[in-house]
Amino acid sequence: MIVEEGDYFPKKATEGLTGIHFKYIVVKGLRLSREPKTKQGVFMDKKKWVTELAKIVGVGNVLSAREDLIVYECDGHTIDKAPPDVVVFPTSTQQVVDIVKFAHREKIPFIGRGAGTGLSGGALPLQGGIIIEFCKMNRILEIDYENKRAVVEPGVVNLHLSEALSEQGYYYVPDPSSQASCTIGGNIAENSGGPHTLKYGVTTNHVLGLEVVLPDGEVIQVGGKMEDPLGYDLTGILVGSEGTFGLVTKAMVRIMRKPEAVKTLLGIFDTVDDASSTVSGIIARGIIPGALEMMDNLVIQAVEAATQIGYPLDAGAVLIIELDGFKEGMEELADQIIQVCKENRVREVRVARSEEERAIIWKGRKGAFSAIGRLSPTYYTQDGVIPRTRLPEVLRKIAEISQKYGLRIPNVFHAGDGNLHPLILFDLRDKKQVEKALEAGREILKVCVDVGGSITGEHGIGIEKNNYMPWIFTPEDLEAMRRVKAVFNPDNLLNPGKVFPTSKGCSAEAKFYGKVA
Amino acid sequence: METAESKVLNLGFDNIDPPNYDRILGCIHCGLCLQKCPTYRELGVEADSPRGRIYLIKSVADGILSINEKFVDHMYLCLDCRACETACPSGVHFGEIMEAARGQIERNWKRPFLTRLIRDTVFKGIFPYPKRIKLLASLLRFYQRSGLQSFVRRSGLLKILPGDLEQMEQMLPPLPASAGNLPEVVPAKGEKKYRVGLISGCVMNEMFPFIHQATLKVLTENGCEVVIPKYQNCCGALNIHGGVREVAKKMARNNIDVFERARVDFIIINAAGCGSTLKEYGILLEHDPNYAEKAKTFSRKVRDISEFLVKISFKKPTQEIRKRVTYDDPCHLIHGQKISKQPRIILESIPGLELVELKEADWCCGSAGIYNITHPEMSMKLLERKMACIKATQADIIATGNPGCILQIRMGVQKHGMSAEVLHPVELLAQAYE
Ligand code: SF4
Ligand code: SF4
Repeated sequence: MIVEEGDYFPKKATEGLTGIHFKYIVVKGLRLSREPKTKQGVFMDKKKWVTELAKIVGVGNVLSAREDLIVYECDGHTIDKAPPDVVVFPTSTQQVVDIVKFAHREKIPFIGRGAGTGLSGGALPLQGGIIIEFCKMNRILEIDYENKRAVVEPGVVNLHLSEALSEQGYYYVPDPSSQASCTIGGNIAENSGGPHTLKYGVTTNHVLGLEVVLPDGEVIQVGGKMEDPLGYDLTGILVGSEGTFGLVTKAMVRIMRKPEAVKTLLGIFDTVDDASSTVSGIIARGIIPGALEMMDNLVIQAVEAATQIGYPLDAGAVLIIELDGFKEGMEELADQIIQVCKENRVREVRVARSEEERAIIWKGRKGAFSAIGRLSPTYYTQDGVIPRTRLPEVLRKIAEISQKYGLRIPNVFHAGDGNLHPLILFDLRDKKQVEKALEAGREILKVCVDVGGSITGEHGIGIEKNNYMPWIFTPEDLEAMRRVKAVFNPDNLLNPGKVFPTSKGCSAEAKFYGKVA
Repeated sequence: METAESKVLNLGFDNIDPPNYDRILGCIHCGLCLQKCPTYRELGVEADSPRGRIYLIKSVADGILSINEKFVDHMYLCLDCRACETACPSGVHFGEIMEAARGQIERNWKRPFLTRLIRDTVFKGIFPYPKRIKLLASLLRFYQRSGLQSFVRRSGLLKILPGDLEQMEQMLPPLPASAGNLPEVVPAKGEKKYRVGLISGCVMNEMFPFIHQATLKVLTENGCEVVIPKYQNCCGALNIHGGVREVAKKMARNNIDVFERARVDFIIINAAGCGSTLKEYGILLEHDPNYAEKAKTFSRKVRDISEFLVKISFKKPTQEIRKRVTYDDPCHLIHGQKISKQPRIILESIPGLELVELKEADWCCGSAGIYNITHPEMSMKLLERKMACIKATQADIIATGNPGCILQIRMGVQKHGMSAEVLHPVELLAQAYE
């Protein structure tokens, strides 16, 4: 038996042979090793991992059966898959430390996971190993209304935090579409956005401080109560590091008073062009709405099927425009916006008259991605960013791409900040279509980059776009990032294989990316 | 990579009603349903979430997993409460997928002998036969009233029964006197506006005669002539939830025939769980060439009592009920049939009645058909969660429109030493019609 370090035996081929994964072993010739082996040559069998981990978190908080694990093989990004070897559910920082120390000692790859709603494979255990699932660390530890901050554990669900604050008239601002399920910990890892980022910024603008377990088990505190803390802004580095620098075990987040008044308008347009010019027109007047969202015709149809809000099915595009802030002056602002809409041939503007009507408008938007599931069994969500002014042009190009590949591509976007979500519809069961979809996605991103934009607005790089990184960054840029990562995660055991481009992949898709990158 | 999806064969399932693969793919794995799933909320385990369960079913369809004990456990820990359907923007018909998967389990998975025996007796030997249900109910009444029950309980004899049965014995509420046979036709009061059929059900008749009486009263007061066909049988909901679909299909066919002969405008049901099943006969018999169409016609006529009353602008009650009432949504009404406003409208129409909103009213109380018997632990956790919310309302009456939920919440009320009553909304409406 010849065992070589650092290489991986393709998982598929081993399936069904034994219950043990052979990921850490490469086999020359045809002989297989029975024991899993860690990278450093320490033999430790998986059963033992389970026993050791159970000592830390209790038997009930460890999953190791195949049926229990297979459901963790992907998150909201389902194109790539890899199951973990074990899932643990810590309930305290100390337990996280012990798990991480164990993994570090045994050289087992590990990864943090919240609700698994991410769209770039951030929670995908690419090399197997341990998933540290934070959903049981879900307490809100402290709410300080006077100083407008809250301390939460990472597993707190985004919406649950806002609900807890609601009675006192406060909320947590970042509101990704998945807010009903996604966790604050996951939001921090991915630096999540949402419709309201236009005015209020993304997650990083709402995180004051963190308690982080580093990949060797050390606990550090970064940031804190002060608005402008001393020293380096490590919080800023950690937020959005896609779970590759450390595991957040506590977060101090900013909370805000709910705006005194909110006005939500729904503009219905005959063409996407008219809607896009409206967006530019509004911003040009110096108005910054709380949110400015667009959906095109195909999305309208899907959303309408899901929620029966009453969107006209033949509309070319709808714009959701939300103003928030002080009561005073809001009417005038709304009038100005309606004026801009009219200048751009709006068919109709509806104004939500009650909180209920507002909720319905948003329900349509928040459920838009999933509603697309009604149009097609599978789709590939893209997440490009472009300068707002180029919107009409980019949309035309996307339409061309759609024609070229014969795939429907509905569009949802945070129009205000130029963050596009073209959704490429395809059938995952048809191999040709899969390739076309990936190719179309790549081309769309290329268009975004060509007009001076970027390859991701808020979904992150993860495993999905790591090979597009060189489109944006020079080798020197990437090297600088690698060095930063090496400071936090020198052994690369925490969430390996993400963010940075890889030359070799273990799936055809990854190779596919590799070929075009 | 050969993605799993490139195979469309239902590898791990047989050909009789396998879960519809296209509808499985309707789940785009977004996770928006997670927090609405009671079992996920309790356990935090993906395999006990809607998304995870669909993924497991898909894995079996793909031939990656086989039907084994673990799989069966995850499937049956699901309450089939369908809260995930309401939460899902992608329109996944979770209940349908789950019920088909359970059908597969029951055909292709061998349960331990005793469990099998009990299941066969209940699902195949009793539910399809109204007479046997009646007989069983009479036996139980005798058991409870003769003092035999207290003797058995004291004697510790129950310990020799398998877990399920012992639990079942504990759950049994004292049975009221039987309603006897309901008349076959009850004339409308005043002018006859509709001719409606009433589903008399299995448990309802024996355990809740008052609800049937109230339903009849309310319907006739509103100008309905009510037909209660004699040869109808139980709707088959419990069989479907338990994966015994073939028997359920037989029961459905009989009901379809019986009500076809009755020539009614609508078919009224006062139990949420049954209503949801009756409305899905169309899906159950989708592949039956002789019944597919008939089943759809039948389902289109089915109305929950509250849905029907609100639709026909029911007569407003005049009698006061000075009580603080809260309403708990049965899962198969709010999630299964998307009916939540109507029962509240009915309650609010009663003079003097103060309706207080129940927090988490759309959460499952843990009753879920026979779930409280098969999974007492999870069921009790959910009941406790429900009771905490109920207590906070300080209501005198808890209204809910499903027999299972009424029993479950009554048990909770009793456990907590509360004095609140648990009633069906039509019982209150009937009272207010006096
Ligand atoms: S069931 Fe619906 S909400 Fe849940 S993961 Fe699937 S598509 Fe999303
Ligand atoms: S039916 Fe209820 S218990 Fe089952 S997965 Fe859906 S929400 Fe969870």
